[in-house]
Amino acid sequence: MRSAVITFPGSNCDRDMDVALKKFGFKNKMVWHQDVELPKSDLVVLPGGFSYGDYLRCGSMASKSKIMQSVINFANSGGLVMGICNGFQILVETGLVPGVLLRNKYLEFICKNVFVKISDKDSAYFKNIKNDVLELHIAHNEGNYFCTNDQLKEIEDNAQVAINYCNNEGKIEKSFNPNGSIKNIAGIFNKEKNVLGMMPHPERMIDSSLSGEDGSLFFKNLINNIK
Amino acid sequence: MKISVIITLKKDVLDPQGKVIHQALDGMGFNDVNEVRQGKYFEIDTKETDPQKAKNKVEEMCKKLLANLVIENYKIIDAQ
Repeated sequence: MRSAVITFPGSNCDRDMDVALKKFGFKNKMVWHQDVELPKSDLVVLPGGFSYGDYLRCGSMASKSKIMQSVINFANSGGLVMGICNGFQILVETGLVPGVLLRNKYLEFICKNVFVKISDKDSAYFKNIKNDVLELHIAHNEGNYFCTNDQLKEIEDNAQVAINYCNNEGKIEKSFNPNGSIKNIAGIFNKEKNVLGMMPHPERMIDSSLSGEDGSLFFKNLINNIK
Repeated sequence: MKISVIITLKKDVLDPQGKVIHQALDGMGFNDVNEVRQGKYFEIDTKETDPQKAKNKVEEMCKKLLANLVIENYKIIDAQ
């Protein structure tokens, strides 16, 4: 299985993602943001970081970079595109997934482990995954998911919510919402569910001696689904 | 020609920075403030000399990059 990770100026989780993808069997290629064409890939990842120093709005400058037209075409033709953290912010700025990510409600940079409930197992990303709840890491200043009421209705009607912040038992309540996101939303799909944007970092949870292993579950399941 | 743009958050969007600024003002003794909303201001110097054409271009810039229309409104305030 082939994957591609796009590096923007200011990306800082691109190498972590490369390590994670390779660990679970992807043949990964790093792609520079000024490249025009994507290598042949089964999965394209927009990694976390602070592309363009978060100037203007997080992800807004990166969403206009040269490679993104190819990424958008790839997504529109059904290719799997996953945006993590800043990658999620880039995805919303391209319009591939609905909504925006605002500054965290309490204005603090949040860096901690959280639990997320997998709310939809219909996509290539979560199909067949055994767990309902994953412990993943978040590290962001702008992860407060927001959309208009009309968008929210559409998102819910199409079952586009991928994961929600919850407790270790999978209870989705306000008190387990770290950043003020509408309905505890931590990740969403596009309508076709081939594009996934999420704030938590699965690539940071792939080593039992350094972290948890719930990211490993995610990647193992993903590559099995793509095969 | 210089054109200015003001970007503001839409009414229903939470503005935590504006809230904190409001609280700070309150703490400084400015107690008659009802609300503070923070926005952005741009000055765009363009080669275009026709005011209407320049305005149209800037409007396109607002829609495509300067503002995110899910949460923000833009206002083109003058062409000089």
